[in-house]
Amino acid sequence: MSSTYLGMPALPVFGQGNLNAVESFPLAAKRELGNSQLRANLGHATHTIRDKRLRVVGELPDWEDLRNAGSATKQAVMARLPELLEQFEQNFTARGGIIHWARDAAEANEIVRDLIGEQGADEVVKVKSMATQEIGLNEYLEEQGIAAFETDLAELIVQLDHDKPSHILVPAIHKNRTQIRDIFLREMPGVDPELTDSPAKLAEAARSHLRRKFLSAKVAISGANFAIADAGTLAVVESEGNGRMCLTLPETLITVMGVEKLLPSWRDLEVFMQLLPRSSTGERMNPYTSLWTGVTEGDGPRNVHLVLLDNGRSAALADEMGRSALHCIRCSACMNVCPVYERTGGHAYGSTYPGPIGAILSPLMTGITSEENNSLPYASSLCGACYDACPVKINIPEILVHLRAEDVDSKRGTKKLPSQMDLLMKGASWAFSSGKHLGLLEKGLPLGRIAAGRKKKITKLPGIAGGWTRSRDVPAPPSESFRGWWAKDHRDPAAGAELPDSPNTDSTNTGEQA
Amino acid sequence: MRIALFATCIVDAMYPRTARATVAILERLGHEVVFPAGQACCGQMHVNSGYLPEAVPVVRNHIEAFESQDYDVAVAPSGSCVASVKHQHPMVARSCGDAALEARAEAVGAKTYELSALLTDVLGITDAAAQLGSWFPHNVTYHPSCHGMRLLRLGDRQLNLLQSVGGITVQPLPQADQCCGFGGTFSLKNADVSTAMLEDKTANIKATGAELCSGGDASCLLHIGGGLSREGSSVTTLHLADILASTRENPVSVTGDILVGGKVAR
Repeated sequence: MSSTYLGMPALPVFGQGNLNAVESFPLAAKRELGNSQLRANLGHATHTIRDKRLRVVGELPDWEDLRNAGSATKQAVMARLPELLEQFEQNFTARGGIIHWARDAAEANEIVRDLIGEQGADEVVKVKSMATQEIGLNEYLEEQGIAAFETDLAELIVQLDHDKPSHILVPAIHKNRTQIRDIFLREMPGVDPELTDSPAKLAEAARSHLRRKFLSAKVAISGANFAIADAGTLAVVESEGNGRMCLTLPETLITVMGVEKLLPSWRDLEVFMQLLPRSSTGERMNPYTSLWTGVTEGDGPRNVHLVLLDNGRSAALADEMGRSALHCIRCSACMNVCPVYERTGGHAYGSTYPGPIGAILSPLMTGITSEENNSLPYASSLCGACYDACPVKINIPEILVHLRAEDVDSKRGTKKLPSQMDLLMKGASWAFSSGKHLGLLEKGLPLGRIAAGRKKKITKLPGIAGGWTRSRDVPAPPSESFRGWWAKDHRDPAAGAELPDSPNTDSTNTGEQA
Repeated sequence: MRIALFATCIVDAMYPRTARATVAILERLGHEVVFPAGQACCGQMHVNSGYLPEAVPVVRNHIEAFESQDYDVAVAPSGSCVASVKHQHPMVARSCGDAALEARAEAVGAKTYELSALLTDVLGITDAAAQLGSWFPHNVTYHPSCHGMRLLRLGDRQLNLLQSVGGITVQPLPQADQCCGFGGTFSLKNADVSTAMLEDKTANIKATGAELCSGGDASCLLHIGGGLSREGSSVTTLHLADILASTRENPVSVTGDILVGGKVAR
C-alpha cells in the first residue's frame, strides 16, 4: 500500500538527550541519600517553599475552580494540538516570526546552531529553559565552538560548577552559599578575589559578570512558558529580570519550546498566570512577565525564531492513559511535596525532569522499554501528595501505576527465568484468589512464630523481602488467623465478639500480644 | 444493620485482634456482622506493582465473595484496601475487557466503607466514649495514612473518634501528613528511600512522647512498628479499632516490650 507523507510521523518519535538516566533509580538514590548535606539543604528548601505555597493558595477561594479550568484547557489543547500548532504558526509568521519544526533533540540543536552561525556569533546569552536542558543544547553548542551563558543566577551557578540542575525551578537547591562563593572564585573570570559568601555580594558578582554578556551578545536563546495560538504570542515568566534583558537587547532571539505549551487564546492565560506563580514560587504574581508577538518595528530583536520541539511529546500524546503528563506547566509543586524527591534530590532521577512529574514524563517520552528509565515509575510510594499539589490536576499516581504495568508487560516472555518479583506476584495471585487458598496458607502461621523465636520478631528475611528487614522487624505472626478464629468461635452471632483474650490465656492469643 | 466485614489480608493473617475489635465495636452497637468466607485480599499489591493480569483473579474473587453474601454495607479497618476496592477494582475489570465485572465492582465498591467513615457517616458516632464505651487511658499519637487521607478524603474522622475515647491523651504528630514510606513493594524495590522516610516518621513519633502511635491502616502500622522495634524503641503501634474496642471492663493494656516496638496485652 502506498501512502502520502502528510507531515506528521506515522510512529511516535521517542525523545533523546537528557531524558535518559544512566543508572537505575534505586542505585542513584542510594548514593544521593548518603549525602547528608544535600538532604539537609533539600529538606529545608522544600519545606519552606511548600509552606509558602500552601499559604498563598489558601488565599484564593476559587483555587479548585482554577485547577479544574487549567486541567480542562490543557485537555482541550491536547485533543486538537495539530490544529492549534498550525494556527499559532500562521499568526506568529504573519507578524514576522519564523517557525522551525524539530522532531528530536538532534534536529533542534542543529537548527539552533545554524541560526547562530547565520549571525556570525560565537557566544549567546540564555534565559532559563527546561527545553534546552532537555536537548542538551549548551553541551552541543560548546562542541560546536559556541559559548552559551546562562543568565538565571541559579543556572549560572550550576553551569559554572559543570554540574546539572537538581530541581526545575531552583536548580541550585542542593548548594549552599559557601559552596557558591567557592564556585565563583574558581570559575568566574575577573571576579573579586576578596568575594565573601554574603548573598548581596554573590548577586553583585553575578550581575557584573552578566552585564557584560547582555550588552555584547548578538543572539539570545530562551524557552517559553506559554504560546497563545490565536495571537501568535509567546510568554516567559521569571523572577530576576535577566530574562527580559535577553529577550529585548540582542538582535536575534531563538526560542525553543515543546509543542505542548500552547494555549488556545489570551483568555486562557489568565487562569495560568494565577496557577503558575502560586504553585511554583509561592508568589501571588511573578516579578517579570514578558510577552512578544513576532517582530515589532523599532523595538526588540530583529530576527525572531521559534523551534517547535517534539522529542517524544508525540509518543506521550499517543499514550491515552499517560498523555495528561503533557499538561505540566513546570511549576515544580509536585517535587516540593514529594517525600521521595525530598530525600534523594533531582540527580537521582537522571533526567532533566526530576520528581514525580519526571518519573512519568521521562519514561513516557523515551518509551518504557528505554534502558534504566523503566525504574522511574517505581520511584514513588504512591502517597498522592503530588496529585493534590498539581495545579493542573495531573493524576501522577495513576500514571505511575499505568507505567509500571507497561513495564511489567514489556518484559513478559522476554526473560529466561522469572524474577523474584514475578514469582512473588504469581504466588500471591494464587493465594489471594480464594478464601480457601489463603486459609490454607494461614495454617502455617505457627511456623512463622517458630521462625520468630523467643524475641517474637523476625529480623532477617531472604531475597527481595530482605529489603524490608534491612531496617524493619517483622512481628511474630499470631497463632491463628482471624478467619480461623471466626470459623471456630463465632458460630453463634448472639454470643457477640468477645474482646480478645486476657494475657494468661496464651493458647488462643494473637501474635502481637505474646 | 447487616454489616459484612472485609478483614483484609494483613489484618486477617497478622492482626486478627484488629478484626475482632472491629466485630466487637459493631456488635456493641447492635449490628449483625457477617464474614464472607471467600474473601482474601483486595489485590492492591498486584495493581500497584504493575501486575494487572495477576490482579484479575484476586479482584474477581473479592467481588464474588462480597456479592454472594446478603448485607447492607461492607466495612474494612483499612483506608488503602477500601480505596483499592472503590478505585482500582473497576480499573482492573476494565483492563481485562470485562464490562460486566466492572459494573459489579462498582456496585461492591459503592457499599464498602472504611471503618471510621462507616462509624461517622452511616452509624452517627461522634463520641466514642458515650456511644461505644471506649476507654483507653493512654498517651497516644496518630498517623493519618495516605490513602485514607488523599484517596478516601477521610479528613478528621479517625482523629475525631480517637479524641473522643475516654481517658485518652492524643498528642499532635509533627508532619503527620507525610508518608511513612511503606508503599507496598516500594519498601522492597526502593528499600533505602523507604527507610529514610520511615526514620523521619519514627523520629517525629518519638518526639511526641506518646506511648504508642495509632492509625487506620494495619499495613502502615506494621511498617512504622517494624521501624520502631528495630530502633529499640518502647513505642508501639495500635490500630484505631483496637482502641475504640477497649472499655473500662475489658481494657487493652499496653506494656513496653519488644514486639514491633512493644507489647500489647489485654
